[in-house]
Amino acid sequence: MWAHYLPRLVLYVAIGSVLVGLDVGLPRLLNAYLVQILVFVACNIVLATSLNLINGIAGQFSIGHAGFMAIGAYATAWLSTTHGQRLLAPYEGQRLEPLLIVAYLVVLMFLGGLAAALGGLLIGLPSLRLRGDYLAIATLGFGEIIRVLLLNLEPVGGATGLRGIPQYSSLFLVLVAAVVTVAALHNLGNSVHGRSLLAIREDETAAEALGIDCAHYKTSAFVIGAFFAGVAGCLYAHYTQFIHPRSFDFMKSIELVLIVVLGGGNLRSVILAAVAITLLPEGLRLVKGALHLPFDPRMAIYSALLIAAMLVRRERVLQAVLPGRKGGGLRE
Amino acid sequence: MLCLRDVDVHYGPIQALHGVSLEVAEGQVVTLIGANGAGKSTVLRLVSGLIRPTRGEVLFEGASLARVAAHDIVARGVSHVPEGRRVFAGLTVLENLEMGAYLVRGRAAIRAALDEVFELFPRLRERRGQRAGTLSGGEQQMLAIGRALMGRPRLLLLDEPSLGLAPNLVQSIFGVIAGIRQRGVTLLLVEQNAHMALRVADRGYVLETGRIVLHDTAERLAADPNVRAAYLGE
Repeated sequence: MWAHYLPRLVLYVAIGSVLVGLDVGLPRLLNAYLVQILVFVACNIVLATSLNLINGIAGQFSIGHAGFMAIGAYATAWLSTTHGQRLLAPYEGQRLEPLLIVAYLVVLMFLGGLAAALGGLLIGLPSLRLRGDYLAIATLGFGEIIRVLLLNLEPVGGATGLRGIPQYSSLFLVLVAAVVTVAALHNLGNSVHGRSLLAIREDETAAEALGIDCAHYKTSAFVIGAFFAGVAGCLYAHYTQFIHPRSFDFMKSIELVLIVVLGGGNLRSVILAAVAITLLPEGLRLVKGALHLPFDPRMAIYSALLIAAMLVRRERVLQAVLPGRKGGGLRE
Repeated sequence: MLCLRDVDVHYGPIQALHGVSLEVAEGQVVTLIGANGAGKSTVLRLVSGLIRPTRGEVLFEGASLARVAAHDIVARGVSHVPEGRRVFAGLTVLENLEMGAYLVRGRAAIRAALDEVFELFPRLRERRGQRAGTLSGGEQQMLAIGRALMGRPRLLLLDEPSLGLAPNLVQSIFGVIAGIRQRGVTLLLVEQNAHMALRVADRGYVLETGRIVLHDTAERLAADPNVRAAYLGE
């Protein structure tokens, strides 16, 4: 009986030991800059796979995902700077402190996720009436409203940003969060829930005719997707220690849509695309020095590569790289 | 089993149905025939709850469907095969069928429904791993019907199953309709192909610009000179 679960158990143990190895080894091997990039990669994996639930699986074109991230980041950063730090202060330097910090951060991730999920509910409801371009514009508007709201909200720093957030998050924790998110979304995608979302993406009328409560499922996609974006925001804020509304602007949402589109809706290729899109601009920093150029061609090359990727891929290049396919890609 | 009483339907300012009354008895095949825009599909959309009447009543097994949501109507045993098939193009044949069993609980029950559908449509068994979008029109129509049957309906609403199919495929679709009926499923069939529809049906209603102008047994309708002139091309 349990031989059936053995491969899975081995997989979990392997992932676990790799993560622990990374936690111990990486900060020694890599400088702070490289560790930070890896944190961003993991954050983007959480963000992109959660957006994939909304855009790729449920087929609800949303370009306001950074807004959910912002809610999670600001809500939890505000809690930490006003209450959390004070709460943990008595334990400073004690042996229990690291454990308490992790426990506190886990609670915080949930709170950040819940706050963002509430936002997801708010935008999920109009999605019941809007489709395609109109929905995209509504989600864009939502993201911008969040950004402008934060820009004018003095208690969280307004236009100066929110500084002095304690660095409770670490590369290890972000990686664990990414693994948990991917596992959760993978299972969701293969469940009745995930299949129903796929059916809604393919044909809403037909789905309704089969007895699927489309309104319920579409809203749920936004709520669940937003939840994980909020978690990512929490981890991001507690790593960078400084957040600004600019970090969650329209370009951030577009970057995430880009990853999902490049990944073609398949979970594994979305992860691959998240890694590639996050690393690419950083890797291109090397070009200027290597070629002794008087200007930095970084963003020009980045854009050209994106255009090339879209042209070449046509139909899911990244999926072709990866063997095996289950579930659906984006609508053709 | 199904009963419409004096139903009006409006699409915005336009009235699509005028005082339509009809009845479908359990175990029967009832067909609605009529020209384009007569309101045939509207009747089916009305029964499955996709639109609501502005006047009159829709009763299924004696209970009014007025306040029942579309997905709950399915749960009561009414399946709608919409016009134009609407299969989930990006999903495989098997995944399409599994979605049809959305409301069916228990692996064994789903398995049994699947076997029954495969028995009715052997072609679908051959193609179960194929993406639905790559099927031919006739196969997609089979899939759409099979998907609706996966939900174990007691009343099946079929909207133009012969639409866009080659003549020999039309024959086989109507053969399937007879097979479905033998399994004890009641059918309400909307068709432009009045010839075939009246051959499989027990009773028929003729719809003209939103009004029922004639209803009778299928045999007598097929023999009616007006029907023959207007719908059978004779």
